[in-house]
Amino acid sequence: MAEQKNTTQKILKGKSFKFGDDISTDLIASGRYFHLRSNLPELARHVLEDADTEFAGKVKQGDFVVAGRNFGLGSSREHAPIIIKLAGVGAVLAKSFARIFFRNSINIGLPVLICDTDKISENDELEIDLSKGIIRDITKNIELGFKALPDVMIKLLNDGGLVEHITKNKGFNL
Amino acid sequence: MDKTISEKIISSHAGRDVYSGDIAVVDVDVVMAQDGTGPLAVSQLKKMGFEKVKNPAKSIFFIDHAAPSPRKELSNTHAVLRQYAENAGMVLSDVGEGVCHQILVENFASPGDIVIGADSHTCTSGALGAFSTGMGSTDIAVGFALAKTWLMVPQTIKVNFNNIPSKGVYAKDLIIYLIGKITAEGATYKTLEFSGSFTKNMTIDDRFTISNMAVEAGAKAGLFESDEITKRFLKSQGRGNDFKEVFADKNASYEQVIDIDCSMLEPIISMPHTVDNVCSVSKIEKIKIDQVLIGTCTNGRLADLKIASDILKGKKVNKNVRLIVVPASKKVYLEALKKGIIEALIESGAAIQSPGCGPCVGVHQGILGDGEACLSTQNRNFKGRMGNPDSFIYLSSPATAAYSAIKGYISDVREIL
Repeated sequence: MAEQKNTTQKILKGKSFKFGDDISTDLIASGRYFHLRSNLPELARHVLEDADTEFAGKVKQGDFVVAGRNFGLGSSREHAPIIIKLAGVGAVLAKSFARIFFRNSINIGLPVLICDTDKISENDELEIDLSKGIIRDITKNIELGFKALPDVMIKLLNDGGLVEHITKNKGFNL
Repeated sequence: MDKTISEKIISSHAGRDVYSGDIAVVDVDVVMAQDGTGPLAVSQLKKMGFEKVKNPAKSIFFIDHAAPSPRKELSNTHAVLRQYAENAGMVLSDVGEGVCHQILVENFASPGDIVIGADSHTCTSGALGAFSTGMGSTDIAVGFALAKTWLMVPQTIKVNFNNIPSKGVYAKDLIIYLIGKITAEGATYKTLEFSGSFTKNMTIDDRFTISNMAVEAGAKAGLFESDEITKRFLKSQGRGNDFKEVFADKNASYEQVIDIDCSMLEPIISMPHTVDNVCSVSKIEKIKIDQVLIGTCTNGRLADLKIASDILKGKKVNKNVRLIVVPASKKVYLEALKKGIIEALIESGAAIQSPGCGPCVGVHQGILGDGEACLSTQNRNFKGRMGNPDSFIYLSSPATAAYSAIKGYISDVREIL
């Protein structure tokens, strides 16, 4: 693991934006903005709009989306994690994730962390050490762990995502 | 060691024996993306330097989500897909051909295959005994380029649908009931393997409906064994030679087994805004509806349209309801025309749209107004799904949808059966 770099070595800092259970890809990247999928920065201005109309205007670089169960359920649209990342979000924390969203997030290099998000409140200052697996809630002065990623996903994240993994290795090297 | 269907198919494509929890790089037989996810796959392919794909004859772009295009931005992304497909010698399924999942089962997916698609409902082909699953554009771009992907071999939940359902209860009611029982994340990362005595009495269209909605329980795949019913369907599509026996080993290991007595079920709906928010039609208050949609990759097949037209024939759609019907594919459309199904639907007051996803994705062809309610045969009722976050989507079988279109509110179809 000595050669770990990029995403997994970073310390992320930001504020928490809380969301509930079952945040679908329709709430993240609505079908009514389907035509903006070819213009991702514009689509990102509508990120999570149907869950919280003010979120896109308030989120700052490095902030965190903190949600309940089954985050990202629904469509395979990779635009959903991409625009969360483009909006500046440092990581998504949830009690659980839908499968395709989770895999897409790793492929595009958005950290997705499974933890007990009930302990975190709206607006809490968080500091996340990805390599040590620690979430520090500075506002509450508590530490939370998160579930380790499968080894294959750590490899993909360390390479910078799936495209970079395939380019570097001329194929899969998992 | 005995294997589940997933373990068998993935082992055969990994070149070694693998079991649930193992990670495997596998060969894939069919790879596809649609017009919502394909353009991003093209840019990822280009980023990796791939102008060609590994297996062009089984690499497909479907233009179905916004087809025909309602806006210039989408017309331009359609052009990107057409151009890449032409250069790479890929298959292009253009406007009017139909929904990707229906065309996959008609022409491409076969029992024992691994199919990956940039659309969550790619699990539909599981009805033929193919390990078929949805992924994002980047995974699919790699699938196009290399005809390979990586998979974690899923655990399997076996679902036994036993006994014959009573009148008015259809495959759609069965799968909605199951999702209500195990929840929208009850099968996350897992395969649902469908078995039990009733599966042998199902039509292939019933099976497509059930496999289609596996992902609504979070599942990676929704599989049926292949059998005479599968064989008959493939023959009817001129693909008899693609049949292969696919079945689970006797002592395969299941994460859990769920037994459902279908004879005890009633017509059921999903209420806004999640699929697992289910309620029997007999127990709901009067719910007025403004629009009814019959179609989509869940219920836009010939058997579905026939059920709807049998109910609507000689009757009129309620004056307060717009009935939209979208055949799942050109083949389905032509068959329905020949059988007089389309005529009966039009005469009852239905607006027929060209084969594709229709209004299900919220892009065009029936976007809901503020405060409006739609009863749909589609698979998903998330807030905003049909283009307006201030609207309400209910999900049902085609029979419940057709009868409710006449009544003007969600109604129990058993009243007329």
